[in-house]
Amino acid sequence: MSDSPNPETERILSEADIANTVHRLAYEILETCRQDMPALIGIYTRGVTLAKRVHEVLRAAGQDLPLGTLDISLYRDDLDNLGDMLPTLETSEIPFDLDDTRVILFDEVIYTGRTTRAALDGLIDYGRPAKIELAVLVDRGNRELPIQPDYVGVELATTRQQYVKVRFREDDGKEGVFISK
Amino acid sequence: MSEEKRIPSRKDLLDIASLSVEEVEHLLKTAAPFKDLFKRSVKKVPALRGKTVLNLFYEPSTRTSSSFEVAASRLSADVTNFTVSLSSVVKGESIIDTIDTLQAMRTDYVVIRHSAAGIPNLIAKHTRASVVNAGDGFHAHPTQALLDMFTIREVFPESAGRKVLIVGDILHSRVARSTSTILNKLGVEVGVLGPSTLVPTARHGFMKGFRNWEEAFAWKPDIVYLLRVQLERQGEPFFPSLGEYHRVYGLTAKRYQRVKDEGIYLMHPGPVNRGVEIDNDAMNYERSLINTQVENGIAARMAVLYWLRPDTAGESKKGAAERA
Repeated sequence: MSDSPNPETERILSEADIANTVHRLAYEILETCRQDMPALIGIYTRGVTLAKRVHEVLRAAGQDLPLGTLDISLYRDDLDNLGDMLPTLETSEIPFDLDDTRVILFDEVIYTGRTTRAALDGLIDYGRPAKIELAVLVDRGNRELPIQPDYVGVELATTRQQYVKVRFREDDGKEGVFISK
Repeated sequence: MSEEKRIPSRKDLLDIASLSVEEVEHLLKTAAPFKDLFKRSVKKVPALRGKTVLNLFYEPSTRTSSSFEVAASRLSADVTNFTVSLSSVVKGESIIDTIDTLQAMRTDYVVIRHSAAGIPNLIAKHTRASVVNAGDGFHAHPTQALLDMFTIREVFPESAGRKVLIVGDILHSRVARSTSTILNKLGVEVGVLGPSTLVPTARHGFMKGFRNWEEAFAWKPDIVYLLRVQLERQGEPFFPSLGEYHRVYGLTAKRYQRVKDEGIYLMHPGPVNRGVEIDNDAMNYERSLINTQVENGIAARMAVLYWLRPDTAGESKKGAAERA
């Protein structure tokens, strides 16, 4: 109960569910990429956490892959609509050569696809990857752009009126995937 | 998106004094990721795409205006340079007329330098554009202060309690005013050394005054910040001759040796008068931060432009924010 402070909110994935989903994502990546191991890049904030967790699982499986982070604030298409509350900028760290590298981008939720669009623009300014794929913990549908993830933890059918929140212990002090009713 | 603490934007940046410590910290923190962009082969980001920045300089300044120009271009804004001393002022256009012109041009950001203190405030009050003060009279030069503080933080991440000695004509320097204000705000100790006629004593109680370099060295500064000697003030009352200035207050070869021996960092807002405030050799000192200041100026100004919010975007619907 204490995990969902708002009675209108339901926790649909527990900490253990998230751990299982991350594990499954990691092994799917391992299977799919066996011939051509990728670099992992997380989109701030929680995509970074997701990428780190997948990275951890893969390392335990004997694959220590390059890991980077990407802040997309400067590439968003809605800066004018954010009023006077701008997102805090983080430093993107891509400590490897992107050129001709296979890259998997990580985001915790895919919704309209606009974050991914911004991330693609941002990433391309750092180099020319051989291939870019997308991994998400939750796909909640309702795309506004022709963008689809390659690796999906869970799919949720939602309406635009609902909200879906992924909370990670490292970022939020609590863990779970929450959805409003 | 995430619920971490955010610092609301402002419309204008007119001086350092009116910024809160949180706002200053936010700008310094934002400048770091901007500086990181300079290492990429693509140094540009689309954050201000479609916005226009007008550089309105009523006083000549190559460095500051080109620094703002580079900063705005790297944010993908369109930049227009307007050096007014050469155009409208000669034709008698008043500040109010200029404001009307800006309004009609639908400029989003105005970067202004003027020899009269307070002009940026006047323009800010009467235009929807965001106004950045790039130096007004003896009053303020806030982006210089931010880039200075950012530079100091790079060498001293824990800057509180560090000591900065400012040397020169403090009285007529907006750099000294803004930079000492930001240093004091963030807990850095400020010492000043200069001709006694050019060092204000009453106004800034926090500044520690020294009569000569001996006294100042004994204070053990971490950074010596040399102000530019404003050659145009030569011949004014209270101002010593250049030779005398160099001898008494300049960083002579002998004093430079002491700076080196004690590992003190050197700063200067540029442009440098070699042989007046600074010895030739000192320009190549490994702990000189003068070129770093130039590079950091671009990052700090990008952080400022990115943070300010003009009223020109007013019509766009607010509700879209929720979906982000």
